[in-house]
Amino acid sequence: MIYLQILANGIVLGGLYACIAVGFSLVWGVLNVINMLHGSFIVLGAYIAYFAYVYGGIHPFVALIPCGVVLFLIGYALQASVINRVITAPVLITLTLTFGLNLILNNAMLAAFTADYRKVNLAHPLGSIQIGPVYLPGDRVAATILAVALTILLYWLLRNSRIGRAIVAVRMDHEAAALMGVDISRINAITFGIGAFMAGAAGALLSIIYPISPIGSSAFLFRAFVVCILGGLGSVPGAVVGGLALGLIESFGGLVFGTEHVTTLAFILLLFLLFVRPTGLLGKRGYE
Amino acid sequence: MRNWLVLLIGIAVFAALPLLHDNYMLRLGTTLAMYVVLAQSWNFIGGLAGYPSFATAAFFGLGAYASAMLQLRGIPMVGSWCVGGLTAAIFAALIGGAILHLRGHYFAIASLVIAEVLRETINSAPAFTGGGMGLNLPVMRLGIVQQSELFFYAMLLLAAVCVGAAIVVQKSKLGFGLRCIEQSEDAANMLGINTYGYKTAAFVLSSVFVGVAGGIYASWVHYIEPPDVFDVMLSIKPIVMVLLGGLGTLFGPALGAAIIIVFEEVVWRNFLMIHEAILGAIIVLLVLFIPNGLLSLVKRRLKPLKPVP
Amino acid sequence: MTPLLSLTGVTRRFGGLKAVDNVSLSIGQGEILGLIGPNGAGKSTLINVVTGVHPATAGQVRFRGQDITRHKSYQIARLGLARTFQIVQPFPRMTVAENVAAGAVFAGGAENLVQGRAATRDLLRLTKLDRVAEAPAATLTLAQRKRLELAKGLAMRPSVLLLDEVNAGLNPTEIDEALALIRHIAETGITIVVVEHLMKVVMSISQRLAVLHQGQLIAEGKPDVVMDNRAVVEAYLGPRYAASMEKQP
Repeated sequence: MIYLQILANGIVLGGLYACIAVGFSLVWGVLNVINMLHGSFIVLGAYIAYFAYVYGGIHPFVALIPCGVVLFLIGYALQASVINRVITAPVLITLTLTFGLNLILNNAMLAAFTADYRKVNLAHPLGSIQIGPVYLPGDRVAATILAVALTILLYWLLRNSRIGRAIVAVRMDHEAAALMGVDISRINAITFGIGAFMAGAAGALLSIIYPISPIGSSAFLFRAFVVCILGGLGSVPGAVVGGLALGLIESFGGLVFGTEHVTTLAFILLLFLLFVRPTGLLGKRGYE
Repeated sequence: MRNWLVLLIGIAVFAALPLLHDNYMLRLGTTLAMYVVLAQSWNFIGGLAGYPSFATAAFFGLGAYASAMLQLRGIPMVGSWCVGGLTAAIFAALIGGAILHLRGHYFAIASLVIAEVLRETINSAPAFTGGGMGLNLPVMRLGIVQQSELFFYAMLLLAAVCVGAAIVVQKSKLGFGLRCIEQSEDAANMLGINTYGYKTAAFVLSSVFVGVAGGIYASWVHYIEPPDVFDVMLSIKPIVMVLLGGLGTLFGPALGAAIIIVFEEVVWRNFLMIHEAILGAIIVLLVLFIPNGLLSLVKRRLKPLKPVP
Repeated sequence: MTPLLSLTGVTRRFGGLKAVDNVSLSIGQGEILGLIGPNGAGKSTLINVVTGVHPATAGQVRFRGQDITRHKSYQIARLGLARTFQIVQPFPRMTVAENVAAGAVFAGGAENLVQGRAATRDLLRLTKLDRVAEAPAATLTLAQRKRLELAKGLAMRPSVLLLDEVNAGLNPTEIDEALALIRHIAETGITIVVVEHLMKVVMSISQRLAVLHQGQLIAEGKPDVVMDNRAVVEAYLGPRYAASMEKQP
């Protein structure tokens, strides 16, 4: 019955991955910007949750909203003040810019928090849950449920709120959206802010599962890449499908090849997918 | 002609560096020559063809490991460097076939991930590569000073060859075709340019000298490990240098490399804790204020653009 | 005599959609063929199939008797099939002269940029671009860009020139100039396929018309005969006529 256990692990992991990647995917799809800061945003969210718990006793499940809000403000400000100036520049420019911004943020976190790994050790963990032959840690399951709930909430907001509709319109055709009276730079900043919000909230959830350090940020960023390529770009369902796929691949791949090789496995899969389906899994062409 | 003259003067000035008998300056000169190789190489694919490659670290690490492993099996040093370059070139040709049909972000990510895959692969094959423990290279029977001079001249020669190649390519049909591809790939195709072949050529050119540089680097520092020679910074810095000097220009990459070296020595040494943040700040300022590079500023001053009739 | 360019049962599918459906057509040496049809009829797709941008799903394209169905775009271009783009695609940061020289260098037999420029000087004069030869292509007006597309195509020394909506967006005077230029090119012996939806343009210049509708070739022949064809009037003029009526209150 090990396969059921692995399957359950993969699904729990996949829900978290979806939440990690959905903001990244949204920014890429709407702004055509690869946000190299995304991993550091997640780590920053996790730090805020960590300190809120250690010094304020606030449970990360509660802190995730303030974490998201802080990150939203940072993201909004960065987009409005810096990234928007080169938003129409070639891919190389925006990519290098967000990489540079990430160097600054990551280095600042290293200076402030050091490279030591920290983890929220809950005073009252939820214990483990048994479903048939499958055992799962309760906190992990709760984190995944919250992650999926957040993702669904984002999906609902994109479909039903005014701003959400504007974001979707910009994603589909930003020239047409501009003609319809949508303020593109404001929508860009809000979208980038939402991407950062999702990263911050995901970071808060991850703080109870993974040890957190600034040097761990690239692992999250790369997972966001893989999820986007797997599931397709810029759509919430795509991120969920991609997240689940990566979660399952990692858990089953870990069983077959050993857990230390799961990252390489995911990367090789990514290269293979790019090779056979250059259009992305949902058929969108990979043009600039 | 003028380009060759600039190159010759550059080589002559640098070749005199060992006369200073200053080991620190010699090390700096070697690093500068290496940076020129990395930046000039990246310019083939990133500047001329306009493909945002983040694969420089992959070629560097591959060259370093191929060369180190051969030396440990008794192949002479210089020969092993050449094989390092060849390995990188073959790898670029193969991988280029797989990823050069991608554009924009997809190409960038694919090229970025390649270095990660190589690093992990080498990490997990300790029997051949030393894995995470790294590799110690054979000890050389040469004095410290002679060694420093040897690696300096080797790197300088490589940089000269690399810049020479750039001069030749710039004037050639290949260079012209790459500029066409950069500006409109569809139109280039319709004009009879074998875009796939041209891009692969540019990708291979961006790998071969970097591979040799990796080999020389391995011999120079005696010890290599995956996080060192596959460091993502090796992919980023050349891009920053080229952007700094001027994308697609002939001497922009070398100029950018020189400026980055000065920054590394003057600023970063004094702020070790935040040296990455300083590089980040340079990138941000560069992208926002001089997106066309420093050479464009000079050019604009020298000859103002003619008004279009 | 074998035709210069012949299409046999050419089909191109995009997913479930047949953008070009079983089209057979041949074009003789020195001919001016007008390819017409309402928007979305598959005209541009057909050009893309012929030039190797979207390879045919089924059928065969022959050029001088040689099967070029599976050839790549650049190979087709080098064989002597040049095209212009509906949406003009100059190399924006190169000068006009360099743009045109590129055609000569990569498909017109010139060895390098210097030779290419020398070989295309007359072409710049012919297309009235000689005065802006050293300006970056990005600074040209639309009419100039359209002529630049033509000049680039001609620099390839083609035997067939495929002109995809080369007159779209031009004013009447500019169109007349462009038509005179196209006639002049045809007189030099180059075979021309004009893709158009402007009826006047095609009627005045083509020796023969081919009409596409929903990917299918519904009529072919002398312009006046084709225009009297009932299917053509319904498929092509009908919807347009109806659409123009709807706009008026």
